[in-house]
Amino acid sequence: MPGEKQEQSAPPAFSSGMFSLTATVSGRRFITIAILVFLVLGLLWWGVAKTGLVTPLFLPSPEMVIARLQELAASGKLVDDLIISVYRISLGFLISTIFALPIGILIGSYRAWEAAIEPLVDFIRYMPVVAFVPLTILWTGTGDAQKFLIIFIGTFFQQVLLVMDNVKSVPRDFINLGRTLQMPEWRILMRIILPSAMPAIWDSMRISLGWAWTWLVVAELVAATSGLGYRITTAQRFFQTDTIFGYLLLLGVLGLTTDQAMKWGHRRLFRYLRVQR
Amino acid sequence: MGASPTVPLPAGAALNAPKLVISGLGKTFRGDRGDVVALKGVDLAIGENEFVSLVGTSGCGKSTLLSIVAGLENHDAGSLAIDGKAIQGPGLDRGVVFQSYTLLPWLTTLGNVEFALLAAGKSRKDARDIARAHLSLVGLDGFADRFPAELSGGMKQRVAIARALSYRPNMLLMDEPFGALDALTRHHMQELLARIWEQHRLTVLFVTHDVEEAVYMSDRVAVMSNRPGRIKSIIPIDLPRPRTYDMTGSPEFARLQREVLSEIRAESIAIAALGDALT
Repeated sequence: MPGEKQEQSAPPAFSSGMFSLTATVSGRRFITIAILVFLVLGLLWWGVAKTGLVTPLFLPSPEMVIARLQELAASGKLVDDLIISVYRISLGFLISTIFALPIGILIGSYRAWEAAIEPLVDFIRYMPVVAFVPLTILWTGTGDAQKFLIIFIGTFFQQVLLVMDNVKSVPRDFINLGRTLQMPEWRILMRIILPSAMPAIWDSMRISLGWAWTWLVVAELVAATSGLGYRITTAQRFFQTDTIFGYLLLLGVLGLTTDQAMKWGHRRLFRYLRVQR
Repeated sequence: MGASPTVPLPAGAALNAPKLVISGLGKTFRGDRGDVVALKGVDLAIGENEFVSLVGTSGCGKSTLLSIVAGLENHDAGSLAIDGKAIQGPGLDRGVVFQSYTLLPWLTTLGNVEFALLAAGKSRKDARDIARAHLSLVGLDGFADRFPAELSGGMKQRVAIARALSYRPNMLLMDEPFGALDALTRHHMQELLARIWEQHRLTVLFVTHDVEEAVYMSDRVAVMSNRPGRIKSIIPIDLPRPRTYDMTGSPEFARLQREVLSEIRAESIAIAALGDALT
């Protein structure tokens, strides 16, 4: 029918460009935009450093930073720093998570346990983690244990609250379903509440892993003889701004990588959420 | 109105011994901003294999009443019993279908039905066979391996019905099961449920706010009053079975629908009058 054809060519009622609300962006275009932003900022940095308006002590050029990183990599220092820091964050984060998961699930599921633990967690959560650094050194010295402890203090209390909220947002009717099937409480907890909250808990872990990186570097900046944070402090002592820049960029790359890895894991583990009709 | 009226069971061939007997049931929700009396003096008896719909204005307590029968909510006055035994908590003798489909998203359709059967103590093999049979009962043979996210609302609710029927409860409790579906899907679901019920006969308590649906599905329609809710009147639906959608056009259907509607309307008008008095 001729009328239908006209309708097809009618202009859309709203702007359908990339920058309109609810517009979708293809995966390839998403990555292109993201890379472009990095490139533009990198170019900007390179350009400003090139003009010589800022002394290299404050803003080293990208070439200087890359050269310094290559030098540190060749001497093996970079890999050593990386290994020890990754080891510390892995173990620190693991310990924190192992404690936070059951406690978060417990206080998210039972009001009485929430009353017992949640206010206490909130109380400690508001104490600045850096203020614990002197205390942790006093307690455990300046070894790895102190790094684990700082990561734990900085991560655990946040994780507990995040997991609690994740568990609380499990639909009430899911629990009622378990009840109508006469499932025992612990079975409802294990077979319904836990799997139901799992995707959200995974995301909470992804977010808290980012914070754990911060606490690791804080701990290494103050009292350490190795690690990424330690290298940054020593670099500051010798005015090696290029090393500081290089390690900051490295930390950014590490954070971005772990975040993407966690997101990838989410897509793999919880594929059932994404299948489309 | 004085004391709660007793509800006589209408005479009829379809009615056997009462399956569910609710008498003088009361429920008060206690809150920081005062107590809310949700139900007061609810009397209702449902016969074996009878299909009874519960209709009323929103907030009249019909879902609360269903939750109490399901054993998911406590009551604080009166009594309720199934087969003469007082209801204490939820049980596998009652299958519940919620308005939100409550399919577990990490399980396939088959997995969701099996989940209930395994909870009910069936062996893995039996659970699989029974689950498959029930998926086919609701017309979802080809969808056993799909995840809930892949299904439409109507299909999800069909899985939920298959799940609730699978472990052979002798009562089915349905809380506005088709409330979230579009009109066309809702009609399909009503026909499907009517067909299953006519073939498999079990006692059903069905909460809805859709009068046409209530008349189409039920043997009797119980109309609830405004809060505090009680059973205001019971309208027997003596339309022949099996019900077909042509019947909805018949004068008798229209008359019954009007009768139920006027009972509910009286309650809505009462609410409106109360609103006027307050302003």
